[in-house]
Amino acid sequence: MIRFIVRRLLQLIPTLFGLSILLFIWLRRLPGGPETAILGERGTPEMRAAIRQNLGLDEPILIQYGRFVRRMIRLDLGTSISTKREVTTEFIQRFPGTVELTITAMVIAIGIGIPLGYLAARRRGRFLDHASVGGSLIGICIPVFFLAYILKAIFSENLGWFPSSGRQDPTLGATRITNFFVLDGLMTREWDAAADALWHLILPGLALASIPLAIIVRITRASVLEVLNEDFVRTAEAKGLTENVVRRRHVLRNAMLPVATSIGLLTGGLLSGAVLTETVFAFSGIGAFLAEAIDHRDYPVLMGFIMIIAIVYVLVNLIVDLSYSLIDPRVRVR
Amino acid sequence: MALLDVEELSVTFARRNQRTVRAVDGVSFSVDAGEVVGLVGESGCGKSVTSLAIMGLLPRQPGVQVGGKAVFDGTDLLQIDDRSRRDIRGRDIAMIFQDPLSSLNPVVPIGIQVTEVLTRHRGMKGQAAAKEAAQLLDRVGIPDPKRRLKEYPHQLSGGMRQRALIAMAVACQPRLLIADEPTTALDVTIQAQILELLKELVRDSGTALVMITHDLGVVAGMCDTINVLYGGRVVETARRRPLFRQPRHPYTVGLLSSVPRLDAGRGERLNPIPGSVRDLLPWPDGCAFAPRCARRVDACVGEPPELVLTHDGRSYRCVNPAPVPGLTPGEDVREVVPGQATPGSVPAQAVPNDPPAVPGLAAAPSEEETS
Repeated sequence: MIRFIVRRLLQLIPTLFGLSILLFIWLRRLPGGPETAILGERGTPEMRAAIRQNLGLDEPILIQYGRFVRRMIRLDLGTSISTKREVTTEFIQRFPGTVELTITAMVIAIGIGIPLGYLAARRRGRFLDHASVGGSLIGICIPVFFLAYILKAIFSENLGWFPSSGRQDPTLGATRITNFFVLDGLMTREWDAAADALWHLILPGLALASIPLAIIVRITRASVLEVLNEDFVRTAEAKGLTENVVRRRHVLRNAMLPVATSIGLLTGGLLSGAVLTETVFAFSGIGAFLAEAIDHRDYPVLMGFIMIIAIVYVLVNLIVDLSYSLIDPRVRVR
Repeated sequence: MALLDVEELSVTFARRNQRTVRAVDGVSFSVDAGEVVGLVGESGCGKSVTSLAIMGLLPRQPGVQVGGKAVFDGTDLLQIDDRSRRDIRGRDIAMIFQDPLSSLNPVVPIGIQVTEVLTRHRGMKGQAAAKEAAQLLDRVGIPDPKRRLKEYPHQLSGGMRQRALIAMAVACQPRLLIADEPTTALDVTIQAQILELLKELVRDSGTALVMITHDLGVVAGMCDTINVLYGGRVVETARRRPLFRQPRHPYTVGLLSSVPRLDAGRGERLNPIPGSVRDLLPWPDGCAFAPRCARRVDACVGEPPELVLTHDGRSYRCVNPAPVPGLTPGEDVREVVPGQATPGSVPAQAVPNDPPAVPGLAAAPSEEETS
């Protein structure tokens, strides 16, 4: 078990190394540079050259890359060109918002998706089945920003049930500890702050949940249909067990294996930032900030954020692989 | 009154754009308390579907039609609601399946798979259930049962898995046990052990056993009464000895002579039944076995063969049965039931005050009476 974890973490090193090379090449191939973003169209060639020199962008690319790697090893990601603050600080401030949003979206997607997928399989060919399969197709097809705007227009602007933007009402003056606003509220016993932060998460969480929800419904349905045909389900029925026990212990536990894998991949995907959702709801996570960083050619932010996201992605999938061996005793991690 | 009375059981599978399949086409047999009854036939003759229909385990889908009766201790299992059926399953009627690995849940420890039956039907929980489960495993010959309870199916050998399944089946001391090819997936040496175990359990507890198999060796070693199935119908019913000594239906004759014999001469060829199960004639058009039958006559085709009841308490469904030496054909016939008899039209007691002879109608006489 421990050897498995260590080996997977060691595998992370070449992965990050390769990723950093690809990223470096990609960023420098983008037309324009930070100097254009800073100066706009009006800058003279001399001013551009001065900025480039200032940022160390005039040196040969290999030397720049070497400097990046040396800093990375010391866990120093440099300073943002546009905000002039440390990339690590920016990340620590923004990533908790994205994590909260991801967790909300996944709780919604899992909480609705697995029961719905199970029921669709059990009522195969009937109305609920067709409705959920058809609905999930819509869920996959509908653009997330479009759904986000509709949700915002209906539930926030028309009905006024939910706040339309931000992560928390700033007038509450909530205390910050971890930057996870809900968690902070609970830790400091500022219940209204926690509730308000949670309230702000619902609409963007729903919008973000649409695609994972649709995928989980479909995978659960297919997986349950397969397990229902297994001999051991027949054995369980032959024992006269109640439907509830057959469903929980015999069908769902086995059907969850492929679902767990997809949940890992989906969570990793959401963590890398929901640019559109965060933009629509003016939600300060990493998504909107990353999009801005691309506009500004903010190389240190882009490099740093993407490297950390890659690490998080690998860790999430490591956790999924570990949980796999908890669900299925035949899978022994080695 | 028999413990289980199956009358004119039929199962059809209808699929859109496909021919409707009659997997079971009017099967009748009965099982007395404590009796071991065999259902024998080739793959595809409807033996497994028969058992699943009795248990109510066929897929609940439109297109699956079950007809006839399966009366267990006065209750027609085909008519009761889902809840009562779940109460009976596992408690009064239990089942053992063919492939022990796929029949066990791979992600749940053996212990829980045993105790869940105890919890469901005997209300046992926690330590008491675990203790009883260990005793059950011990009783079916699993060494070190306490440790095995914590293990998963993939950690057990094939024979152990089947023993565990048997432990689950006998956990509530059912009155009827249905074993669907319980030894087919096992090594020959393990097969013998499992059969021995089943025999022992049946003898000790007085449980009736329905043994579904294609293996005549299993039948010869275990069953009191044997029903030979072909094309979804019972074609011959007899006690064990008479059946093996003097098979009447040509299909039974074919089955027995296709078994390889050690005392056969060198170079002697095996005697398979020509053709395959797929070459069957629909019963309404005649005898389903006619296309493969060595004793076929013109009368075989046209209408379904009548069910012939004989004086020695057996029955067969054949126009031209294998002759018995010393008897002129037809001399032993006691009664004839028309082949297209619909459910319910068969008399419940063929001849009043006569020893009831035909399984499917009433209890069969003991072997001493017949031989």
